[in-house]
Amino acid sequence: MWAFIDKTYADRLAETLVIDLAAFAPELLLCLGIVLVMILRMFRGLARIHYGIVGLVVLALAMALAWTQWQGDFAAPQLYAGGLFSGLIAYDYYTLFFRLLIPLASILVLALVLVTGVPPREDSADFVLLLLGATLGMVLMTSAQHLLMVYIAVEMASLPSYGLAGFLKEKRESSEASLKYVVYGGAASGVMLYGISLLAGRFGTAYLPELANAFSAAVLARGTVDHLLLLATLLILIGMAFKLAAVPFHFWCPDVFEGASAEVAAFLSVASKGAALGLVGRFALSFMGGYPGASPLMWNLDHWRAMLPYLGPALALLAALTATFGNLAAYAQTNLKRLLAYSTIAHAGYMLMAVAPLTREGLEAMLFYLIVYVFMNMGAFAVVAFIRNHIGSEDLKDYSGLASRAPLLAIVMGIFLLSLVGVPPLFGFVAKYQVFAALYDGWATYQQPGLLALLVIGLLNTVLSLFYYVKVLKVMVLESPPEGQAGLLPVPLHQVWYASLLAAVVGFGMLAWNPLATGTQQGASSFPPLKASQKPIVLRP
Amino acid sequence: MNIPDVWLLTLIIFVPSLFALLVLLIPRGQEEWMRWTALFGTLLTLVLTLFLLIDYLNLQDHYGTAHRDRALLGARADEDLLLAATHQPARSDDLIVRIPWIERFHIEYFLGVDGISMSLVLLTSVVSFLAMIASWNIERYVKGYCVLFLILETGMLGTFLALDLFLFYIFWEVMLLPMYFLIGIWGGPRREYAAIKFFLYTLLGSVLILLAILGFYFTDLRPLAEYFKTHPQAQQEAQVLDRLVQRARGAAVNTFDILLLHKVGRESARLEALYQEAKSSAEKTPSVENQKKLEEVSALRQKYQLFSRDFQVIMFILLFIGFAIKVPVFPFHTWLPDAHVEAPTPISMILAGILLKMGGYGLLRIAYPICPWAAYELAWWLGLFGVINIVYGAFAAMAQSDFKKLVAYSSISHMGYVVLGIAVWTGLDRFQYWSWGMNGAMYQMLAHGITSAGMFFLVGVIYDRVHHRDLNALGGLNNSMPLYSGLSAVIFFGAMGLPGLCGFVGEFFTVLGTWNFDRVYAFLAAMTVVVTAGYILWTIQRVYLGNNPRYEGLPEIDARELTVAIPLVVLTVVLGVWPPLVLEWMEPSVTGLVRQLAAAVAIP
Repeated sequence: MWAFIDKTYADRLAETLVIDLAAFAPELLLCLGIVLVMILRMFRGLARIHYGIVGLVVLALAMALAWTQWQGDFAAPQLYAGGLFSGLIAYDYYTLFFRLLIPLASILVLALVLVTGVPPREDSADFVLLLLGATLGMVLMTSAQHLLMVYIAVEMASLPSYGLAGFLKEKRESSEASLKYVVYGGAASGVMLYGISLLAGRFGTAYLPELANAFSAAVLARGTVDHLLLLATLLILIGMAFKLAAVPFHFWCPDVFEGASAEVAAFLSVASKGAALGLVGRFALSFMGGYPGASPLMWNLDHWRAMLPYLGPALALLAALTATFGNLAAYAQTNLKRLLAYSTIAHAGYMLMAVAPLTREGLEAMLFYLIVYVFMNMGAFAVVAFIRNHIGSEDLKDYSGLASRAPLLAIVMGIFLLSLVGVPPLFGFVAKYQVFAALYDGWATYQQPGLLALLVIGLLNTVLSLFYYVKVLKVMVLESPPEGQAGLLPVPLHQVWYASLLAAVVGFGMLAWNPLATGTQQGASSFPPLKASQKPIVLRP
Repeated sequence: MNIPDVWLLTLIIFVPSLFALLVLLIPRGQEEWMRWTALFGTLLTLVLTLFLLIDYLNLQDHYGTAHRDRALLGARADEDLLLAATHQPARSDDLIVRIPWIERFHIEYFLGVDGISMSLVLLTSVVSFLAMIASWNIERYVKGYCVLFLILETGMLGTFLALDLFLFYIFWEVMLLPMYFLIGIWGGPRREYAAIKFFLYTLLGSVLILLAILGFYFTDLRPLAEYFKTHPQAQQEAQVLDRLVQRARGAAVNTFDILLLHKVGRESARLEALYQEAKSSAEKTPSVENQKKLEEVSALRQKYQLFSRDFQVIMFILLFIGFAIKVPVFPFHTWLPDAHVEAPTPISMILAGILLKMGGYGLLRIAYPICPWAAYELAWWLGLFGVINIVYGAFAAMAQSDFKKLVAYSSISHMGYVVLGIAVWTGLDRFQYWSWGMNGAMYQMLAHGITSAGMFFLVGVIYDRVHHRDLNALGGLNNSMPLYSGLSAVIFFGAMGLPGLCGFVGEFFTVLGTWNFDRVYAFLAAMTVVVTAGYILWTIQRVYLGNNPRYEGLPEIDARELTVAIPLVVLTVVLGVWPPLVLEWMEPSVTGLVRQLAAAVAIP
């Protein structure tokens, strides 16, 4: 039944196992790291080390390995064509991009944990264990090329995340957040699995490239998508939308962020969202004929024309809803973590917008956005964590007059928030610009009015989002501090360094635009560029 | 000067930012040092812009009147590009700087100067310098104030010097944040409301501009290269385009180059004009010959017109709204009275003196030349906007009792002349009228930059002494502050447009140009001068004349305030008495632009 289980399957696996394992090295290293942490904590003498440092080393090594893979050219593309382990995992620049990006996000989170001391050293082993596990799952999410693998990876990323959300054991909200996350997450996984089973059952394969072929052939043959296919795709997309916290599957997100510590919220908002976007991007573009090793000749125009009228509008609608609702709901928030939760929802919307045109250029924009997003969102959460350390509150009203109590943190927060708005010359603008450019390009090339509408929605959302980001700034800068709390906050030097470094990246990131653009261009290179005079066929409704 | 243009232009833009960094390093408590450092930064910028003016004058002499067209910005940029194509070093005195920046999106660090930008750069550095002196009595958070002020100056100068649309947009937006904080932190009682209103309006406008920029960028220019090849008189253009096509290696040729987009716009307008002409003659006399010509032209238009009529109109409207918010044009003006009233005095000076000019500059440099056909078609409506601004602003000013609000509304009225002067597009045979209007608009921008900055400063001087701005409660200041009142009279009369002072020249040229465009507009614009005279004289009467025992003993204007006021007064008089001082080097660029645009829509 499964296409890749044929009689030579075992032989093929044996032949390529060594090569595949070598290409899988960064993930293997993460596994080793997990085992290492488990072993280390058995020794009493090591109880005094902060396992965050171990985690940092493991993640940095994994990144270094991925970096050497990125640097080494794909000497024999046919070696990895179709993917590792008989196609379960794709091995291309897209995979490598996330092997770099997600550990980077985890490193920033661990560094933040070391700087803020939440969770404390005694609990650090558990925390690092969960974090490494989640990182591994997230990396796999972005490289999964088989729906079964997709499911496993999503679960692998989710389970440690549930634990992380409830990590503040003494806090009731934290446990509540964790429980909510589990319930919602479990339901979403179930829905997704059902969708997968429908698709796999219909076409006899869950291997994405083959599935895409069969799918578009079915669409082209009948001239339309039948209810089963529609339901199956919808269910899978719902599962992904849950991970992404896309509206209307976002309800868990603000509650979880509010209950979890700011550090965990930062991790979930950056790494988890990045992985989910990577998954959506690969899933959607696979249907357009994009997978590693696919030569330009194999970019099947028919796929493209059959799929665009279905996947495009669905993603566009999801993106528009997510961005607009996120921005509107953020305005009413009084808790800063909730506000940032809605802000991350809105940003997921912007990034989904980049996927909606279903072009290589769009994915490039999404990858770029993710890089920028890692830094600016992490920075915003970091400042929230620092301020919580000092004033013990995450409520907006307690931020009043912060500019005079902790001038540096206020300035830095201003940079992060304005970058989230997308004001030039900050880095966030560059990211947003590329998304909008991809949308305009898509519209101009295919004359799909929906993409232009999406672009206008994106632009209006930018203006809309100004309200609540500036509301935070206004409270910090223009209001005076509460009675009796006018003194300077004792912000320790390492917090200053952490925040300033991220702010420097966000402030001057534009200078690194050129190399990063090359990188993201490469990262999206396994997906088909579709240009000029290719218009989707009009199918019967 | 022997400074290469790369360095000169770069320094002019970034010296204020460098000084902002210096100010950041000065420790708390050394407020006086911060002020002096910031002042020195603006002074150095002023000196550098004077160097730039000398360079520009030399450049103009170099080309002389015989090669007037080669001195135009577009021609110089072409020459620069062709030098680069043959691997020769770029000229260091042509005041064109072009360095590739983001290859993926063809973004360049592309700067250049012509008469239009030169005059506004000069205005910016002069007003910034004076506004910094006027900032001496800012007491709260001096460091933050100086840093934001200097970043603001970088943004303004960059906007006037950038010739790459993307770069332009970045500088345009860079001003947004400092302005928000400068109004929001150091402003008056309703500062938060005013600041966020300013931010929102401007951001909305710039989002529209961004949409237009995307539209221009994603136009593939390859057909234009072919088009130029069929034109023997467009050798240089053909070479330039050819080089771009070669560089793209088969991919689409996209650009943010404002000057290249000017060319696209002009050629598109030319084709549209041909088409409209052929169409109307085919409709009038439906002969076979005319029909054939129409088909021919329409095939040509189909193939080579990159910015179609509809595209131009949509893009022009987007750009116009974006820039109109800055100018501000009625009905997008409501942010201005709030922002001006709440902003601290020096920031009001900058807002009125420079920021409003950026809207006018955007129309002149971007909206008009890139979408000439749309501008031509919509000329009457644009003029209407201008006239409404003039009349509405004047009457609204008359109704104010807050001194600062009065000056704010008078700004709206005066900027109306700028819009009107730009709008009065008369055909090629009478293009000199349009060029009067354009020159008038440019001159009006400079004059208004000086007088409005002056008026806001003078209002600030009184406010510092009496702590209110209620026109009805003032009066008799002439008795206690005769020198101050005298200087005020000059600036206010300058704003009113008294002959012999700077405001007159711009308004006069504008109205002259308008007369041949639409007599009703000209009549309304000219008659509004009476209303203007009404509110200005009434203001002078209410503030300076009469007797008022409350303000007897008010201290006279002091030395620092005089340092700000005297240069503005001198400029008001000098520009009124001797307009050629500026027109001599500004006029060729403006007229060149007008000639190019007028020729584009004229039937050969």
